[in-house]
Amino acid sequence: MKKRLRSRYAAERRFRLLGLSAVGVSVLFLAFLLFTMAAKGLGGFTRYEAALPIDFAKTDLFLDPATLRGPDAEQAVGGADIEGAIARSATDSYGPAAKEMFGDAAVRSLTRAIVRNPDMVSGTATVWLPLASNLDVAAKHGGDAKGEQLVSRLRAKQALRSRFNLDFLSASDATDPSAVGVWGALKGSFLTIMVTMLLAFPVGVFAAVYLEEFAPRNRWTDAIEVSINNLAAVPSIIFGLLGLAVFLNVMHLPRSAPLVGGLTLALMTMPVIVIAGRNAIKSVPPSIRDAALGVGASKMQVTFHHVLPLALPGILTGTIIGMARALGETAPLLMIGMRAFIAAPPNGVTAPATVLPVQIFLWSDEVDRGFVEKTSAAIIVLLLFMLLMNGLAIYLRNRFERRW
Amino acid sequence: MSLGLALVAILIVAGATWWLGYARARRLRIAGRLHSLPVYHGTYAALWAAIPALLLIAAWAPVQSRMVDQAVLSSPEGRTLPAFAMSRDSILSEAREIAHGEREHGFNAESTALAPRIRAAETRYAMIGGAVALAIALAGAGLALRRSAPQFRARRGVERWLMAVLLSASLIAILTTLGILLSLMFESLRFFELVPPGKFIFGTEWSPQMAIRADQAGSSGAFGSVPLFWGTFFIGAIIAMIVAVPLGLMSAIYLTQYAHPRVRAWLKPILEILAGVPTVVYGYFAALTVAPAVRDFGIAIGVSSASSESALAAGLVMGIMIIPFISSMADDSIAAVPQAMRDGSLAMGATKSETIRKVLLPAALPGVIGGVLLAVSRAIGETMIVVMAAGLAANLTVNPFGSVTTVTTQIVQLLTGDQEFDSAKTLAAFALGLVLFLITLVLNLIALHVVRKYREQYE
Repeated sequence: MKKRLRSRYAAERRFRLLGLSAVGVSVLFLAFLLFTMAAKGLGGFTRYEAALPIDFAKTDLFLDPATLRGPDAEQAVGGADIEGAIARSATDSYGPAAKEMFGDAAVRSLTRAIVRNPDMVSGTATVWLPLASNLDVAAKHGGDAKGEQLVSRLRAKQALRSRFNLDFLSASDATDPSAVGVWGALKGSFLTIMVTMLLAFPVGVFAAVYLEEFAPRNRWTDAIEVSINNLAAVPSIIFGLLGLAVFLNVMHLPRSAPLVGGLTLALMTMPVIVIAGRNAIKSVPPSIRDAALGVGASKMQVTFHHVLPLALPGILTGTIIGMARALGETAPLLMIGMRAFIAAPPNGVTAPATVLPVQIFLWSDEVDRGFVEKTSAAIIVLLLFMLLMNGLAIYLRNRFERRW
Repeated sequence: MSLGLALVAILIVAGATWWLGYARARRLRIAGRLHSLPVYHGTYAALWAAIPALLLIAAWAPVQSRMVDQAVLSSPEGRTLPAFAMSRDSILSEAREIAHGEREHGFNAESTALAPRIRAAETRYAMIGGAVALAIALAGAGLALRRSAPQFRARRGVERWLMAVLLSASLIAILTTLGILLSLMFESLRFFELVPPGKFIFGTEWSPQMAIRADQAGSSGAFGSVPLFWGTFFIGAIIAMIVAVPLGLMSAIYLTQYAHPRVRAWLKPILEILAGVPTVVYGYFAALTVAPAVRDFGIAIGVSSASSESALAAGLVMGIMIIPFISSMADDSIAAVPQAMRDGSLAMGATKSETIRKVLLPAALPGVIGGVLLAVSRAIGETMIVVMAAGLAANLTVNPFGSVTTVTTQIVQLLTGDQEFDSAKTLAAFALGLVLFLITLVLNLIALHVVRKYREQYE
């Protein structure tokens, strides 16, 4: 009897341990995922810069400080052969191996430096310029022999430093991994989410109000409920196919525009908002409605003056969670053509754009080693935004949601 | 005058009407008792001024663009354009951009000449549409304002408008479902004209290459979808569920039955983060970290054919993603089991784990199964993980270290190349989408039915 009891208690302990380890595996996996992304991606926010003495008299830039003071300075510098000047100065200072030491990012940096300080071009100056991508990788993690040799020579001369890469946040997509940034994708994401929000929020709230407060019990209402519950579980790629067939091929809206992406995501998010909204409206106690009806309010006034304001925090929480999901969505946007290479941030909702998750997907396909840490860095940015939105949702829920 | 200007004019008219109606009702109130508050009188009139006119503009905009195109094509400059539709359309769209001042001059010489024509035609038609809309707005405002009287039930009128808005908002859900079904079916029918449905559903070879020339060797592509659905099923319903069901179920049991409330309050949100991580992040992680590890493991245990795009890697990561989903469904159905059953079992001397295994789980089983079905439907529709981590080769294999492809991967592959929209290749994506939609629809309906029926049983 005692022995049997002992074995039963052992089984109990085993079972409990099994449960704990199941939770543990999930948590460990999450920690591993976040750690991997952080380890790979944090390097993407910094870059190595090398000191480059430039003797402007020796270069063929032919820039005159006087013309650089006008409003067209950027254009004037852009017309000059900055790239050649950099390559020439690099070979002069660090030998022929350094000819391709700098990439597109360096051209951009030098252009900006000249515009900021036009007097520079009449003498000699030493500027810190970001290294080309392969050397940047070599300096961070080690690369091919030639690259490492050059990097160690730069280190010995103390001509190498690591700085925060502000360009990663302010630049857009580029072919050279040293020059890429997430700003264009972030702006595209923002515009897309705005369109989604403006469409999905009112429609979702109105639908939830109708279903919860006014809908008669009949076949139509059942059909609406079934289709909402089902739409919430339809694979997102199907919404992409819908967007492609309806918005692009029938309505001829512009391809890869935030407008179309926002419309598609709005259809996808709307059911989520409806379901959250219905739960929030359902949790407002009937006594509120009865009291308002009792003092002579109409049904519409009860709903819009009393029930909806009380349900709003719950609705907002659901909306933000739905928006966070839409922000991380990739597949439907691939379907409507948001995977093109777009080097300029979008100016409006009909301009071609890309969004952050799609940008991550595109970079992950690149073979250049420099893109690995850029992809992970973009993932960190995306995860931060998700964390921010979910944190806001949790804050709203804790701060405003009432338990009746 | 452009339609945008008309829009602003209508809004101004509506605003003025609101104020007029409001002021009139306030004057009436001095004379006697009103049925509705002055605000409702104003809103009623403003709604009648704005909504019919706005609906007209919304309907007019597409008509206008077609009429402008026609007018431009029949103009002397337009008649010289090439007859070939694609080059004509590109010239037209360029000319449109020039006319709107979005670019200086076009790639084609003709477009610059067309721009003034477009501008003139647009002005003409926008003038007509805008004038009619404005007239409707003024007429609506006038009629509505005339009706204001002490006994006029303005509130009822406003509420009827509001009701119409509420109803149409909820009808959008049905329209979306119909839109999905119709658009998928329409394109699929066109696909089945090119490829017989029997070959698509039962064929075991998938190589969607359509030849450019008809006499080319191997000119007919093979569109047998069996390997795709096997791959989808293998990754989403077998490997992912082998990972997710035990882990999710045990997590739910631990969190609801054993964990201290304070521990639970921390662990549950952490688990939910797993569900909130964007799938593209999982995909990148699967492709970059998990897939090479799985391949090395496969080679280490002697599977020589271990692929770096193995089904196992994609399935594993997908399973992890599904854990919180299964866990919360199991959580709900365990919580729905009546307390009396639990108490009865414990009172008989059963240990906690015996109660869970022998009483709670069997009682919660329908709910758990419903949750697993929903999870399967989510897993087979999941796209980014398999696009980034699973392969492209359509193999019928049960080797988890081998490479399989899935329906969603192929949809992305088929639709993101540069090809014409009418080729069998792109239409195949819609046929795949239709089957995928129907499968997830059936899974969802069964799951929702099971879950609901089971809840009712205990209520």
